[in-house]
Amino acid sequence: MSKNIKLTSIVLIVLFSFFVLLKGLDKSNTYSPELSTTKIDFNFKAKDLFSDEEIFLDDLIKNDGMSLINIWASWCLPCREEHAYLLNLKSLHKLNIVGINYKDSEINAKKFLKELGNPYTNIITDPKGINSIELGAFGVPETFLIDNNSKLIIKKFIGPLDDSAFNQLTKLIK
Amino acid sequence: MKILKIFCILLIFFLFFQNHSLANSPQQVDKISKNLRCLICQGQSVYDSQSDFALSMKTLIKKKIDEGKNDDEIYDFLISKYGEWIVYEPKFNKNTFFLWLLPILVFLGGGWLIFKKTKFFKL
Repeated sequence: MSKNIKLTSIVLIVLFSFFVLLKGLDKSNTYSPELSTTKIDFNFKAKDLFSDEEIFLDDLIKNDGMSLINIWASWCLPCREEHAYLLNLKSLHKLNIVGINYKDSEINAKKFLKELGNPYTNIITDPKGINSIELGAFGVPETFLIDNNSKLIIKKFIGPLDDSAFNQLTKLIK
Repeated sequence: MKILKIFCILLIFFLFFQNHSLANSPQQVDKISKNLRCLICQGQSVYDSQSDFALSMKTLIKKKIDEGKNDDEIYDFLISKYGEWIVYEPKFNKNTFFLWLLPILVFLGGGWLIFKKTKFFKL
């Protein structure tokens, strides 16, 4: 009788652990706090890529509607892949896209834009990567859809934009 | 003479703490970054990793220390951006109390079992 109880409890523990681990497999391994509570602090100054002037990110987020913040670099290959999506978003939806040029050289960044086109309304530079970390970014490329009024992140895309991300963005913007 | 003495003591005290805090800055960066998980490299702390993310994170921590922020303020800031997952030692709160209390409960339970099984109390 006691042997049976022991055996049953061992089987139950093994089954329980198995299902906990199995459920864990489905979980995304990108850990991020709740987006609805993530208010971005835009109140920092950075240098504009073209004018060399120090500007507040806050001034680049226009008053109504939504904005897209895209972190990119000329040395990042996936940024090339997603560039066409940004150009489309700009031309189709007239979206305010703010670029953050991450740990890049000015010459290479400008060359990149000359070659592939410039979807950005403004670009600020982030030579040390600090500003991107302050925004809660993981690396390049990364894109945030922001509500201009509340300054809350509506959607975060870690990694390059693809068809599915483009469709999601199109739905959200409409 | 007494005033001069007090002044000297205060001066030494002030200089000592100033140097102390300057010397501590890299150590504090190391201490904080050792408790931070590198989110884009598996199984490494921010201190160990040489990824762009970790290097930027270390620069940011140094900047925050230079701004006069203490350890807790820096952890709170990073948790607000990246979630509780970023720290190896999560804070004690309603979501983590089980994690912190479980080892103590297991220890006490195990101790109780050992005492019960041995003849310790019967002697």
